[in-house]
Amino acid sequence: MIAATRPERAVLRLARPYLNRLLGAGLLAAVTEFAGLALMATATWLLMSAAGRPPLDRLTVAIVAVRALAVSRGVFRYTERLAGHDAVLRLVTDVRTRVFAALAARRAPEQRTGDALSRLVSDVEAVQDLLLRVLVPASAAALVSVVAVGAAALISPAAAGTLAVGLLVAGVALPALATALTRRAAAEVAPLRGALAADAVDLTHGAADLAAFGATGSALAAAGQRTARLARLERRLAATGFAVDAAGVLVAGLSAAAVVFVALARDVDGVLVGVLAVGTLAAVEVALALVGAARQRTQLSAGLTRVAALLDAAPTDTTPTAGPTEATAAGAAPGGEETPAAVSTAPHHVRFSDVTVRYREGAAPALVGFDLDLPAGRRVAVVGPSGAGKSTIAAVLTGSVRPEAGRVTLDGRDLSAYSAQELPRAVGGLLAEAYVFHASVRDNLLLGRAGASDDEVAAATAAAGLLDWVREQPDGWDTVVGEEGGQLSGGQRQRLALARALLAAPGVLVLDEPTEGLDPAAADAVLASTLAATPPGHSVLLISHRLSGLAGLDEIVVLDAGRVVQRGRHADLVATPGWYRDQWRLQEAAERGYFALTP
Amino acid sequence: MNRRPFDPRLLRRVPAARRDLAVLALLGVVAAGLVVAQATALAALLATAFDGRLDRPALAGLVAAVAARSLLVWAQGTVSARVAATVKAALRVELLGAVGRHGPGWVAGQRAGQLATLAGRGLDALDAYFTGYLPQLVLSVTVPVAVLGRIFLADWSSALIIAVTLPLIPIFGALLGWQAQAATERQWRRLSLLGGHFLDMVAGLPTLRAFGRARAQVDVVRRMADGHRVATMKTLRIAFLSALVLELVATLSVALVAVPVGLRLLGGGLTLQTALLVLLLTPEAYLPLRAAGARFHASMEGLTALDEALTVSATPPAPAERGGPAPDGRAEIRFESVTVEYERTTALRDVTLTIRPGERIAIVGPSGAGKSTLLGLLLGFVTPTSGRVTVGGVDLAGADPQVWRRQLAWVPQRAHLFAASLADNIRLGAPDTPDAALAAAVRDAALDDVVAGLPDGLATVLGERGHGLSSGQRQRVALARAFLRDAPLVLLDEPTARLDSASEAVVLAATRRLVAGRTALLVAHRPALLSDADRVLRIEEGRVTELTPVPTAEVIR
Repeated sequence: MIAATRPERAVLRLARPYLNRLLGAGLLAAVTEFAGLALMATATWLLMSAAGRPPLDRLTVAIVAVRALAVSRGVFRYTERLAGHDAVLRLVTDVRTRVFAALAARRAPEQRTGDALSRLVSDVEAVQDLLLRVLVPASAAALVSVVAVGAAALISPAAAGTLAVGLLVAGVALPALATALTRRAAAEVAPLRGALAADAVDLTHGAADLAAFGATGSALAAAGQRTARLARLERRLAATGFAVDAAGVLVAGLSAAAVVFVALARDVDGVLVGVLAVGTLAAVEVALALVGAARQRTQLSAGLTRVAALLDAAPTDTTPTAGPTEATAAGAAPGGEETPAAVSTAPHHVRFSDVTVRYREGAAPALVGFDLDLPAGRRVAVVGPSGAGKSTIAAVLTGSVRPEAGRVTLDGRDLSAYSAQELPRAVGGLLAEAYVFHASVRDNLLLGRAGASDDEVAAATAAAGLLDWVREQPDGWDTVVGEEGGQLSGGQRQRLALARALLAAPGVLVLDEPTEGLDPAAADAVLASTLAATPPGHSVLLISHRLSGLAGLDEIVVLDAGRVVQRGRHADLVATPGWYRDQWRLQEAAERGYFALTP
Repeated sequence: MNRRPFDPRLLRRVPAARRDLAVLALLGVVAAGLVVAQATALAALLATAFDGRLDRPALAGLVAAVAARSLLVWAQGTVSARVAATVKAALRVELLGAVGRHGPGWVAGQRAGQLATLAGRGLDALDAYFTGYLPQLVLSVTVPVAVLGRIFLADWSSALIIAVTLPLIPIFGALLGWQAQAATERQWRRLSLLGGHFLDMVAGLPTLRAFGRARAQVDVVRRMADGHRVATMKTLRIAFLSALVLELVATLSVALVAVPVGLRLLGGGLTLQTALLVLLLTPEAYLPLRAAGARFHASMEGLTALDEALTVSATPPAPAERGGPAPDGRAEIRFESVTVEYERTTALRDVTLTIRPGERIAIVGPSGAGKSTLLGLLLGFVTPTSGRVTVGGVDLAGADPQVWRRQLAWVPQRAHLFAASLADNIRLGAPDTPDAALAAAVRDAALDDVVAGLPDGLATVLGERGHGLSSGQRQRVALARAFLRDAPLVLLDEPTARLDSASEAVVLAATRRLVAGRTALLVAHRPALLSDADRVLRIEEGRVTELTPVPTAEVIR
């Protein structure tokens, strides 16, 4: 149980730069504990010696020692805590940065829910607890125990043996027991707590559904039953868990009693018996800190495992500041001087040749034998029912998904030859998972192109139809949009993301459902102004499930189940029997009906 | 926010915990007695050991005291864990019950997330408070009193010094604590903001990547994390310094007691046993106060959760109990000059409207215009600020909402799917539905092909919030619920929003089947729904205007 687990080693490897600070903190912790122990022992010696009424000068050294120990213990503790926290917080800074770098280095991210994200934050904090609450106190306790047994052996080897037994029980057996019990308790409680958390989500987020269907009462009753079951389980587990603490108290007291018994049997001097007894109580108390450390360690293991897995997956180049573009959050100049000369914003020629994509082995392909020529300035729409593979094309083009077969080239070079920094300069735009940051409108926009002028920002915002809203806000461009854009409506968030994509103005602009969440009239207006705002010479790949506004495009590709079923210009497609014409008629009838209804 | 170490509301609101809390206090008294007993026995043992003799009764006394203390530690832990479990269970039930009492209008939006977290994992922070802090708080009262009493009996002058210096701990604690608390408070806000930024950055990684900024942002994250470290250290320096001062105060106090005791012992004015007793007991008087103070910060999270839970669940429920007879859903519905105002906006202004039985009414208008509020009024989630809604002449405000809602079927914009089987999700409003009726509803809602594709069919357990189903599939589940409800009045809130054309067609067909023969209100975001409405209402900025329908066929021609 003492050997470090794999995730712990992974974390400790990162601690290497701070090893000296950490060792210092551990040593200071040991000294602090030892000072406390020595204080009690010396004071006892002083008192019991005084009872023999010796001349005062025989006690002087001890008196000075007691005073020094009393004051220095507090100072040691203060320095130890500062040094330890400083080292550990430095380490946590590194871990955070590395975790982010590891995540950033991934090309194709897995989807993460909000819960998994906040867990990531607390997992990183587990690193802090591992060092401060487990490793530092544990090593201090071990060190103090060894010194205490050694000191006791100078007085009486037999008493030292007794003390050693007590310390082994308190510092090894009980922590092992605590580990086992904590692990078992966690295994029993976790599923019930998870179920209860799900109940809480259902009863709050689903409150309207439950009320409308008269099911609130039964859902509450079910959650109530689970709550009661959890409470019963927690009570039962506490009874066994606290038995370890009770045993700790017993071990401390019995060790002291046994030491007195053994020492007296060996005719140890009376004063020293007192020192041994009081010292034993203090030493076992120090060793018992290992019980708490063991519990803490067990609770941390899951979080540490996840952090270590992330760090393991990090690329070999983990030096976070190695990238050539060190732009700040928003606003700093783009690192123009080091920009790879090979990639500029426009014009570009993209070509898909016979591309097939499969997300999982054995699953049906998401895209089959797809061909598309997208020379500079060409504007193409991809349409089709949901799940047809439209977004897969965007994912391949932006490099987050690699084709299983076929080739995608940018200016004749394979896409995979471009680095994660180069590619977004040429290809980008509004993707399905567009995220709005908890920052000002301006900062969110400048993410598209750091260093854009005010006029450029305003032009992009106007094209997305958000300029009037920004002007209406009291804080204007500095309006903070709230967590996950929570202060914005869905439509506003979409427009903000679109404006950012337009500001980025990559040579190949990908727009994945740019008008989602807008009503038909607004959607048509925004699509038109977006296409108008795209500079000539830049090509556009528009992904849409709506068919209006596509008449001006150079080509429309209809996808169904990953295959191209139709392609051509709008005028030709509406004249040809097929999915496009059917869908167009359906939509047109409905929308024209709608417009006829509007006064 | 409540800063007291014990929230008295707890006794009132969770009566089940009262007895255990009393037991806990009693155990604290016994514990104090045992601290004294152990020190007394040890002092006697060592005083005789000084002469090289073993005092067997003292040894037996020591072992007995230790055994009793051990038992007591177990009892304290077990009882405090019981209190924690009882309180958590009671508050969970109260919190979730508050949602039921107040209705969905109260819980909507941010509060839902807050409540779910609090009732779920948030309250677990109480474990540390009840098992770690509260017993220590009791001991910080009982132990000093017992120690003081015992030393007074043995040596009154030492007791006097302790009695004078002991209050220094809470006084210094309070002085330093206030300082530290104000600093902590300021830092906390900053820290959570910084923590939030890390989260924000990680959540937005795909977007950063899309703009080629992911790597560049690593440096920003490093700087933010470093700022976090510097701010934390600033707070900690103050906190540690206050701990140091308290420790020094305690140490000096012990020295003030010990020095005269030593001198009197040297002069023969005190027996060794008494001197040892004073030496062993004096630190015990100061320890629990400091320990409780040190644990207070660790228990803050629990106290905050407790305060939040007690406050949220205590907000008085909706004004009057509405128990009046519920009207018949087949009757005429009238809105009479209804105005609905929310905190910041007016959702509906002076709306007057009559809906005749069997009518199918489509509602259009820009988002945020008040469409959903109109449905909310009928569902009883929203009450008019002025004016009234009547059904067959009966004011809805006075009707029992539970009974009234039995007349309604509701298909919301985004139905919540529960972490249960698909069948249970559909049977939400009618848990006793026989399988045949369930199968019919599944067919009517065009859900049968979805069911066929699931590993366990209708028995498939859905993930949290219906994870695993697409938007179109969820929408069909909501329709199946509505079919099963078989209510005379159907309310549909943009049932085809966020669907692609193919799913839209399927859902549309199912919707048509659902509204046939019923009174229906249909919020339509997409025009496809309008063709078979009897009337179309347009809501803009809270005002309702009626549009004259033009048959679609004529327009196309």
